[in-house]
Amino acid sequence: MSADNTTPPSVPGSASSSPATKHAAGAFDIRNFIGALLGLYGIILTLMGIFGDKAYDKTGGINANLWAGLVLLVMSAIFMTWARLKPILVPANVEPPDDDATRPAPKRRPSGH
Amino acid sequence: MPGLSHLSTATLIDAKPVDYLIIALYFVFVLGIGFMARRAVSDSIDFFLSGRSLPAWVTGLAFISANLGAVEIMGMSANGAEFGVATVHYFWVGAIPAMLFLGVVMMPFYYGSKVRSVPEFMFRRFGTGAHLVNAISFAVAQLLIAGVNLYLLGSIVHALLGWPLWVALLVAAAIVLSYITLGGLSAAIYNEVLQFFVIVAALLPLTLIGLHRVGGYEGLKQKITEFAATAPASADVPPADWQLNSWPGQALTGFESPFWSVVGIVFGLGFVLSFGYWTTNFVEVQRAMASNSISAARKTPIIGSFPKMFVPFIVILPGMVAAVLVKEIAELKAGGTPAGGASGKGVAYNDSLLLLMRDILPNGLLGLAIAGLLAAFMAGMAANISAFNTVFSYDLWQRYIRKDHSDDYYLRIGRLATVGATFIAIFTATIASSFSNIMDYLQSLFGFFNAPLFATFILGMFWKRMTATAGWVGLSAGTLSAVLVAYLSEDAFGTLSLGVIPLSGQGAAFAAASTAFVVDIVLSIVVSLVTEPKPAGSLRGLVYSETPREDLVDPEEAKLPWFRRTLPLAGVSLALVIALNFLV
Repeated sequence: MSADNTTPPSVPGSASSSPATKHAAGAFDIRNFIGALLGLYGIILTLMGIFGDKAYDKTGGINANLWAGLVLLVMSAIFMTWARLKPILVPANVEPPDDDATRPAPKRRPSGH
Repeated sequence: MPGLSHLSTATLIDAKPVDYLIIALYFVFVLGIGFMARRAVSDSIDFFLSGRSLPAWVTGLAFISANLGAVEIMGMSANGAEFGVATVHYFWVGAIPAMLFLGVVMMPFYYGSKVRSVPEFMFRRFGTGAHLVNAISFAVAQLLIAGVNLYLLGSIVHALLGWPLWVALLVAAAIVLSYITLGGLSAAIYNEVLQFFVIVAALLPLTLIGLHRVGGYEGLKQKITEFAATAPASADVPPADWQLNSWPGQALTGFESPFWSVVGIVFGLGFVLSFGYWTTNFVEVQRAMASNSISAARKTPIIGSFPKMFVPFIVILPGMVAAVLVKEIAELKAGGTPAGGASGKGVAYNDSLLLLMRDILPNGLLGLAIAGLLAAFMAGMAANISAFNTVFSYDLWQRYIRKDHSDDYYLRIGRLATVGATFIAIFTATIASSFSNIMDYLQSLFGFFNAPLFATFILGMFWKRMTATAGWVGLSAGTLSAVLVAYLSEDAFGTLSLGVIPLSGQGAAFAAASTAFVVDIVLSIVVSLVTEPKPAGSLRGLVYSETPREDLVDPEEAKLPWFRRTLPLAGVSLALVIALNFLV
């Protein structure tokens, strides 16, 4: 679940605006988190399905843990692959919304302008 | 009673170490996301609106998850067990059309005017009066609802794991508090996305195994038909074809006439209640405001509408299965009063999902299902609190108490507001634990606030003549009229209601909301005609006729393929939901 592949090495078109890129809030990729958690669940359930109590009386004769575990592993692989193939494009800039006279003005970036 | 002593010592569900491991892993990830999101928070816009940087699929799923809390999952499966298929109206009539309307029509105003909250839009359009009414009622409502969510969360932990209620409350509150204060809205939203997948992973196997156990959907139909035919008349079980067809939905509305039942569902639930909730509730709208462009903001509720369409299958179906498969729920439905349940005061329909989990899930999947429920309840509370701290910091503290401080100052106030809100939620949760009925009525009362809000918003967005005075007069009068109707109905406020108007249950709520809507519209028009309107120049971005078209659309959007554009997506969603309404 390393987050290092979330920052694209070079974003076409916005490579010049690196200070703004650093400011972006989505600096890590949620898809890797989802993939990792579902993957861990998939491993646990698959192992339970093979070695654990299959509880056929409850499930009506299906090895539910095994099937659910395998599906979770597939979902995990899909999320990981998606995150790898299409890394997050960090927004070039976020407009400060405080240019409004009707609103009490917070001093957003005292040194900025 | 032998059953009672057994249940008071043992927990409702027998969790094994592997189940605890799965639950613990979930919490590790939740807190991990909080820490990761903290690194990205540099100013108050990051904290309150996620820097307006999230992609539409993330905010779209968060939009659904923020609403997929305790009330939705437990409540809708309970309705499924009691009334059957008609419960889908809460989704296909009561949510999707309003979500599409929010994305297509209203979101350009919210996002394009760069307001940071729904009450702030109110301020820009109508000034102080309407803003104060909206901001204060919203903030108070969020605190109380966060308390209800926390109480439900604590009672589930208590029932499942056997922890004392107060320990469960404190632990749950501490976890929610830590990830929101660390990462702000980003942490809340990312957790909502993660939670969405955990909930699906929890409920989908439950539904499939449940259906397998009753012999598929055909088997379920047959069992429900047999059940309805053999249940004692005193139990008042809805006839099988009421339970297996969504229209006309008399079991849900409590109306005798099928015609008025359809009218009640379409106008009361589908129009007034649902448009009020989905288009003006800042908890929902905040998710869309966190997205990275006006196009993504508009697509947020539209993308959310697709998973929302299929949520009923994994929420309502398990409820229906539970009503024929779980011994206690079947006994309850046949008019009995089985002991036990999560509350310890007897089994209720709200226990359907928990008892079904107990009966059909093997250890392992059981842990995943518990993690899913805990996830849902925590996210519900986190959504309430993150919306509360934005409105409190920007709309109340910054506007009326301490103006013109540095951004760091408001970021700090936001974190303090989160801590304060969590403590108040613990307090309201303990009240809820002793007066659970009162909290139900409070929630329906807050539901009434939304109907006049929607009336005021929609009139204000499309009629430039509407005045500031009309804004607050319409809003207050509409809300009061809803309370009055609820008070005069048979049971909208429980025993407090007088019973002058012969309506009960959902029917009474529909009537109260509709009255509020009409009173608000009529009064707003009358008052507007005798008061001075705002100068047209100040309404740009707030009123349709005064806003240039290019302010309302994203110029980039035309370059995207059709399936990533707002209007075609909304069209597909609408066609799908209409088809679903005719099929089921």
